[in-house]
Amino acid sequence: MEYVPALARWLHFMAGVMWIGLLYYFNFVQVDALKAAQADGTAAGITKHVAPRALFYFRWSALVTWLAGAALLGGNFFQAFGLRGVYAIIGVGAWLGTIMLFNVWVLIWPNQKKILGIVQATDEEKNKARRVAFLASRTNTMFSIPMLFFMAAGAHAAIFFG
Amino acid sequence: MKNPLDSLWGTIISGLILTLVLYNIVKHFLGG
Repeated sequence: MEYVPALARWLHFMAGVMWIGLLYYFNFVQVDALKAAQADGTAAGITKHVAPRALFYFRWSALVTWLAGAALLGGNFFQAFGLRGVYAIIGVGAWLGTIMLFNVWVLIWPNQKKILGIVQATDEEKNKARRVAFLASRTNTMFSIPMLFFMAAGAHAAIFFG
Repeated sequence: MKNPLDSLWGTIISGLILTLVLYNIVKHFLGG
């Protein structure tokens, strides 16, 4: 049974790298690239060919990251989410990751479907969707900083919290 | 007031401040 947390940690890292890597791609690269592409009429290359593929791996890697994290917590799952004792350290990371997963599936993806024309939407709905998806994505980028700190700090509790 | 999340630097600085705030709360909570 010791193999389960070891494999879960590996999967958690791999999926997490893909999730947060794509989150940083959207925020550090695509937002500004899209503005430049719209100015020279080449935005379709991104919105038709890049964004849908990136969003596919983004949302599913987010889910896999969370599930692998839950498997990694195992019997300590409720202690972490209940912020009990020293489990509060990883628990804060787990709560931030959970809010981020919610943002991906409830705020970013449904609004991106409207923006990219996967579902029908009026121009007004698209503009609103653009703002909601953008702010949810930026919120996740902001949350990723303390989330990664608490994930890392859990293994070094004596140094940071001793 | 401008939303700090509208800029990348605003987002990063907000994340660092949030890290400090949460760190101090957890540290206090753990009695460190």
